Parts: sequence; C-alpha cells; structure tokens
Amino acid sequence: MMSNAASDDGDMSLLEVRGLEVTFAGARGRLEAIRGVDLTVQSGETLGLVGESGCGKSVTMLAVMGLLPPTVRIAGSIRFRGQELAGRPQPELAKLRGARIGMIFQDPMTALNPVLTIGAQIAEAIRIHDAAVSARAAAARAVEMLTLVAIPFPERRALQYPHELSGGMRQRAMIAMAMANEPDLLIADEPTTALDVTVQAQIIELLRRLQATHRMGLVLISHDLSIVAGAADRVAIMYAGRIVEQGGVEDIFDRPRHPYTRGLLASLPKIDNQAARLTAIDGAPPSLAARPSGCAFHPRCRHAAEICAARDPELRDVGGVTVACHLAETIDAADAPPPGRLASQPIGTA
Amino acid sequence: MAEAVSALTAFTRPRWLTVPVVVGGVIAVFWIAVALTVQWWPIDNPVLSVGRRLSPPDGAHWLGTDALARDVLSRTLNGARYSLPIALAVIASAVAIGAALGAVGGFLGGLADAVVMRFVDITLSFPVILLAMAVTASLGPSLRNATIAMVIVWWPSYARLMRAQVLAVKEREHVEAAVAAGASAPRVLITHILPLCWSPVLIQATMDFGQVVLLASSLSFIGLGASPPTPEWGQMISEGARNFYQWWIALGPGAAILSVALGFNFLGDGLRDILDPRTQ
Repeated sequence: MMSNAASDDGDMSLLEVRGLEVTFAGARGRLEAIRGVDLTVQSGETLGLVGESGCGKSVTMLAVMGLLPPTVRIAGSIRFRGQELAGRPQPELAKLRGARIGMIFQDPMTALNPVLTIGAQIAEAIRIHDAAVSARAAAARAVEMLTLVAIPFPERRALQYPHELSGGMRQRAMIAMAMANEPDLLIADEPTTALDVTVQAQIIELLRRLQATHRMGLVLISHDLSIVAGAADRVAIMYAGRIVEQGGVEDIFDRPRHPYTRGLLASLPKIDNQAARLTAIDGAPPSLAARPSGCAFHPRCRHAAEICAARDPELRDVGGVTVACHLAETIDAADAPPPGRLASQPIGTA
Repeated sequence: MAEAVSALTAFTRPRWLTVPVVVGGVIAVFWIAVALTVQWWPIDNPVLSVGRRLSPPDGAHWLGTDALARDVLSRTLNGARYSLPIALAVIASAVAIGAALGAVGGFLGGLADAVVMRFVDITLSFPVILLAMAVTASLGPSLRNATIAMVIVWWPSYARLMRAQVLAVKEREHVEAAVAAGASAPRVLITHILPLCWSPVLIQATMDFGQVVLLASSLSFIGLGASPPTPEWGQMISEGARNFYQWWIALGPGAAILSVALGFNFLGDGLRDILDPRTQ
C-alpha cells in the first residue's frame, strides 16, 4: 500500500504491536489493563482506535511511547520501523519520543506549559533533539510550524502564552509542536474531545492534511465514531483491554460484526431518522478488577450464548474484518444494523 | 464614553495595593535604605561615648544614651547593617538549600525523597529557637555561627513547601507532554516544573524575613549572636534589660525589630494577593 514511505525499510510496518500485555500492580492485586493487543500501522495510514473510557486505548499508546511508570509490567513486542521498543532504557526511548514518534494530547488547555510562549515550546521541541540548531533558527522554524498548522499571524502568536490563545489555536500549537521534528508516527489521543464541534472538524482536517503531505502514520484515539469514520483508513475497536474488531473503515461502519461495535453504532444519532429512539448499550464497561469470565462483553450482549461466558473468543477473520466473537456469523443476519448515515459523516467527503 | 471608561480604569487601584502593603513597602524600603547608607549619615559614632551616661531622650540624643554613653538612635540605625544582611543571607541560603532538596525529592520520589523528608521532619520537630540555640552554642557564639544555625533550622520549611509544589505540578499534563516530546528528566524539572513552583516560596521567604530578624535578635539577646560593642538590636535590648528603668535604651531596637517584622509580613501578604490565584 505505502510503497514509497516504506522504501528505506523494505516492507516493514511503521509500527507493529504484537501480543501487548500491560499489567498494573495495584493495592488489591494485579490489574490487567491490556490483554494481548495486536496492532499494525503503515506509513501514510490512519488507524482509528475506538473504545469507551477505560478500555485501554490510551494505555496501549502510552506503552508504545514508553510513558508508563516503571512499576507497570509490559509484555509483548512493540516494533517501530523494525526496532524493538519494549524493554528499551528510557534515555533511548526519549530520543525517539518527539523526534520519530509525536504525540498530541487531549486537552490543549493543560498540555501546554503555561509559563512558556508558544514559540519557545515549539523551539524547545526542536532543540531537544538537535542541539546543533541555534536558538534563532529554532525560533524561525517554530514560526514556520505555526504557519504549517494554519495559525494566522504566526510571528505574533509565537510570542504569546497559551492562555492568550483559544482552544482550537492551542490544539493547533500542540500539533505544530508534535510535528516540529517531522515524526514518522503521530499519536493523537482524543485530539478533539476538548474542542467545539466546528473546531473539531478543522483539527481533524488539519491532521489529515499533514498526514497526507508528510506521509506519516497516524493513530487517532477517540471515543467519537463520527470523527474516526471521517478520518481513519482502518479502525480497531477496543473493549476491556482487547481489540474486539478490526478492519477497513467502510467494512466496520457498513457491516459491523461484533455486537459491541453494533451497539456503538446504534447509539449514535442518525441524521435521516429523527423519530427513532437512540439505543444505548445496557450496563457499564467492566472494571479491571472484576472482569467477567469468557468474553468480557457477554454480560452486556443481547446475543450472549453459553459459550460466551465460558471461553474468551479469539480474533478471527470473518468476511473481511477480524472480529473476536463466537457468534459473528450467526448473528449477522438476525441483527442487521439500522441503515442510515451518521449524523456527522466523513469530513471532506461530505 | 470610551475615553471616560479608560480614564476611570487608569485610576482604579489594583486589588493587591492595600494600605498594609503600602505601609509594609515604605517600612521595607526605609530599612533597606538605612542599611545601605547609614555609614555615611552625619550621626554619632555608634560605638563611641558621646556625652553623659544613661541620659533620657532630649534634643541632642533623640533616643537618649545607653550605659556607655553611646547614642541609642545612632546604634539603632546602624543595627540595620547587621540584621538585614543576616536575614537576607539566611533566607537566601535556606531557600537555595531547601528548594533544591525539596524539588529533587519531590521529583524523584522514592529513596531520595524519603531521606530528604526525614531530615526535614527531624529538624522541624524541634522548636526553632531551641535548635538555633543548640547549634550556635555548639559552634561558638558569634554572628556568623548564629547565621549558620538559622540556615540549618530554616531550610526544612522551604524543602517541604517546594516538594509539595513539585508533587502537584509534576502531575500536570504539560509535564507529560514534555516527556512525550523527548525532554530529559533534568530538563523537565528545570524548564517545565520549577517555573510554576516559585510563587509560594517567594511569598514564604518575604514573610519569613521579619521572623529571621526576630530570631537573630533573640540569639543575640541571650548572648549567642553579636557580642559587644556591636550595635545589634537583640544585643542592645539585652543591654536595655540590664538598665531596666532607662526604658529608652531598648525602645529604639525594639521598635526597629517590630517595624521590620511587621513591614515584611505586610509585604508578603500583598505578594500573596498578587501571586496566589486562589485569593483573587
């Protein structure tokens, strides 16, 4: 798919996570936050990582960045451009962070240093990784980055403090910071959650544009299906520390296989069906300490059978997507998703 | 209309500019100016006899003379040359040591934190004056040793303050963002944590200034600090106590200590209003 970006490392994936397990040692025993996650991101591709709060999507990406505290046990393999990251010492990971792997945080209100100007923070991100760059050159590059993320009056903005900027502008500044070293992989952890809807669309559009022009891999973490539908090439749905369904964005949204994915889609308002009630998924996600036996979703699943409580389903290929459900084939006909377009459909294609 | 509004706001008093702050500022500026320039003032020599012993205040000696016929006003003004630099040295050293250890302890956590904080606990478990007396006495009575003793009893409070600040700030998201941008641990601490930790330390340091002046005088009063004939305030009050019915001997230095302590407290209050967002 991505022949030119991958040219220098053969057919290697940009990011390849295999069998990732993350275990927190809590006061009341060990909590398995991530139980065997496999992910692949190619250069120039956007992977949407979707799930409810606490399902482990952020923890997965923090593990990739090496940002989890040292007390957390991480097992499995995290390969970035073929290099194994798991178990590498922090100083080596710090060289990758911000340089080859950029990260954008959820809340631009708190993720910028309040006592440094925007320009100084971008310049710092550059000079951390290349001490040879002069302060003047870094400042000039900071203004360039602000121009790249379409901030008006970049020279003036560079000298302002975060509190002088609006939320959308701050998130653009965050993106400029993450992009300053032209990373190969950009991880955006709910980049639009804290923003107005109109600004959300602009930020997603900006991320898509940057990803296309820089041929980056982009991991878009979100609980907002409409954002993911508009921006991602592939989607991975997470539930209780596992990926339950993964596939191309159209397959997932048009023909979801996993009852959880269906529930998520059914709980979205449809623009062309105003009379229909919204269907919520009953119950709440399980806590890490008390995960149900078998399939973690079965207590909330309308289709649950005996096998669901007994055995945790493996991910397997079903009609073009991979899905972890014992009944993926049988419930397909019985429970077709309600037709209709999402309320806020693909940005840029609408 | 717009001009009228802007003219109005131009004359609006800032919230922090209160009467105590102005009074404190005036007192502080006065004593700092005295400490810096008093040696060139046309007043009596503070260590030489200038007339009759123990004479009450009059036109020639506004605050009278002491048992060795020295001018009390001159000695009081010259006392600022000892008390203020000592207080400054104590506060500066205590902040430097305390803030550095507290910041590193709070940032690293674990063993480093535990060791620093146990030293802090041990030191703070003694009454300040007792510990300062013990340290001065063991080093030998002198102004220099009293200064060292006061640094030893004072740094722990700054360590505790700084550690609490660092613990709070290091959980903020911009710190994680800095780590995610590849910043090293020292850079994270110095660039992204410490600049947000200073204001309570600055407020506390200003407030403590008067307290240190008071403690230095106390040590001199009991003979562990300045020795005669140094015109140090505590030392002078001690002499005044020996001549109890000549009330004017202790009046000057007593008023000086009171005004310095009060003035810097007022200033610290004003500083808190400016720097601490919770009080606004």
